Amino acid sequence: MPRFEIRSMLAAAVLVSAPLFAQVDFSGSWAPLYHEDLPDRIPGPELGDYLGLPLNEAARLRADSYDADRISVVSEYQCRPHSADYSMRGLANMRVDAIRDPVTQRFIAFHTRINFQEMERTIWLDGRAHPSEYAPHTWQGFSTGAWEDNMLDIYTTHLKESYLKRNGVPRSDKATFTEHWVRHGNYLTVATVVTDPVFMTEPLVRTQTWVLDPAQVIARDICETVAETPKAADYVPNHLPGTNPFLHEVADWYGLPYEATRGGAETLYPEYRKKMGKPEHPRDRCERYCSCGAEGQICLSPTAAPPGKRP
Amino acid sequence: MTGTILYASLLAVFAGCANSQQQDFDKIQIHVEPVQHNIYMLVGAGGNTTVQVGSEGVLMVDTQFAPLAPKLMAEIHKLSPGPLRYIINTHMHPDHVGGNAAIAKLAGSDPALPLKIIAHENVLNRLTATERGQTPFPEAGLPIDEYGTPAKNLHFNGEAIIIYHEPNAHTDGDSVVLFRGSDVISAGDIFTPDAYPFIDVERGGSVQGEILALNHILQMTVPAKTQEGGTYVIPGHGRICDDADVVEFRDMVVIVRDRVRDMIQKGMTLDQVKATKPTRDYDTEYVTSASFVTADRFVEAVYKSLSK
Repeated sequence: MPRFEIRSMLAAAVLVSAPLFAQVDFSGSWAPLYHEDLPDRIPGPELGDYLGLPLNEAARLRADSYDADRISVVSEYQCRPHSADYSMRGLANMRVDAIRDPVTQRFIAFHTRINFQEMERTIWLDGRAHPSEYAPHTWQGFSTGAWEDNMLDIYTTHLKESYLKRNGVPRSDKATFTEHWVRHGNYLTVATVVTDPVFMTEPLVRTQTWVLDPAQVIARDICETVAETPKAADYVPNHLPGTNPFLHEVADWYGLPYEATRGGAETLYPEYRKKMGKPEHPRDRCERYCSCGAEGQICLSPTAAPPGKRP
Repeated sequence: MTGTILYASLLAVFAGCANSQQQDFDKIQIHVEPVQHNIYMLVGAGGNTTVQVGSEGVLMVDTQFAPLAPKLMAEIHKLSPGPLRYIINTHMHPDHVGGNAAIAKLAGSDPALPLKIIAHENVLNRLTATERGQTPFPEAGLPIDEYGTPAKNLHFNGEAIIIYHEPNAHTDGDSVVLFRGSDVISAGDIFTPDAYPFIDVERGGSVQGEILALNHILQMTVPAKTQEGGTYVIPGHGRICDDADVVEFRDMVVIVRDRVRDMIQKGMTLDQVKATKPTRDYDTEYVTSASFVTADRFVEAVYKSLSK
């Protein structure tokens, strides 16, 4: 067979058999690593801690008025999952399945299942369009992906209103986000870039890392709402403006200037340290969530009371 | 303005709102969004239209503006060749009842398959209470199959349809329509996920009634797994929603109510309350340059209804 024919046949074979979409296979079971932002992710963010978030004034007041009783008193909140932009940061394992077209056997999507609240999400790779602006929004949104060399770029729309942090910092249903999934052997890095015209003045970039964990089993996580406390139907726990007593705690506990904890775009950047001022209550040593993540330690209970509140 | 309805004045206001958005009815296209089972949401100008189709014909909830009637009917005929048997009006504002007469005319008249126009009796009362010199509401579009009870039932196209009166919510004639088999609710302007509710205090609306109506909707919505889907809610304006979306909206109304009530109890005047901008953390979500209900207008409605 002439050489050029062999080349042509090989090229044709590659074109036919090469996966049209997948450059990297992310399928498998993954366990999250919490070395990034651990206190924020595992025990959970402190009330009033907006440091490093590009919030506008509306988001700040919305978070200030948030009363955490809402998630128990208002039963509709009890079984809510994280939204897709936050789920990669939560406490839960993940399984990724590759979905193939039954006829062509081409990759058409990745499907993820994260065990907290049984979050399921599909990332379409077949070039389909996003739904209309009038279609329902969901916690996981509608995601489409495209390859950029070995990195999967994902764009997600149609999100429900949710939170940037679990301390009441809001993220609107007008938000969209992009993700960049990169696999380095047994590690998966996911960079998330959230854009929210309602509550943020610039995008918020966060990264999370996962490690392949083939032995893990993702069990069921069944949740049913229940009225835990009697309440009036028109009662929604909230702090009236200027009355939230917890907003200074994070500054006091960690020895930070209060203004820094109020967040805003400038608090994202290292230069802010030079201008952020002095704390009202400087701490000479760490007393709260001090060794989170060190030697695998998971921090579940704080150790310190804020200055001025000690017995 | 007296207690009577100045329908023509309202029409001018709502049409003006449409005009302010550069909306020329000739250029409006009707978008058809499937909801669930045999229910569709039709979006054009004005309020959303809900359409249920089946072997017995067509039922529609709200009719937008009269100039859009041919386009609405053309889209409905694509969904079903059957006769239009019911129009239900969720309330009396022109962007929801404006197309009644034109659509009734296009639907034709068959004594064996009559078209009935249903609304709460307060809608009929207000639409017929035209002052001298004002243009009366077209008679062919009046909801003369009105009801005055807390609820009215139908069975059509194989499912139970329950029309609930929500007293003194965004007006005094609000209806919420539950399609029990399809598991869909048509909420009218009680629920507008992208905008503050238009609490029409002059026409019997109140913030407390609005909250009660939203809570009633939440009693009827049952989310599916992960607190989403299940019962879908078609709002008066905006995208298809579900239980979680109504919760966010209800919480906003309650929290703003709490703030304004607190300031009223402190003896603050309406202007003083407005000056504190009590909705400033919600304005970026619920107000745009084209909004019919501004932040001040919402605060004023809440203040007035709490001060009664």
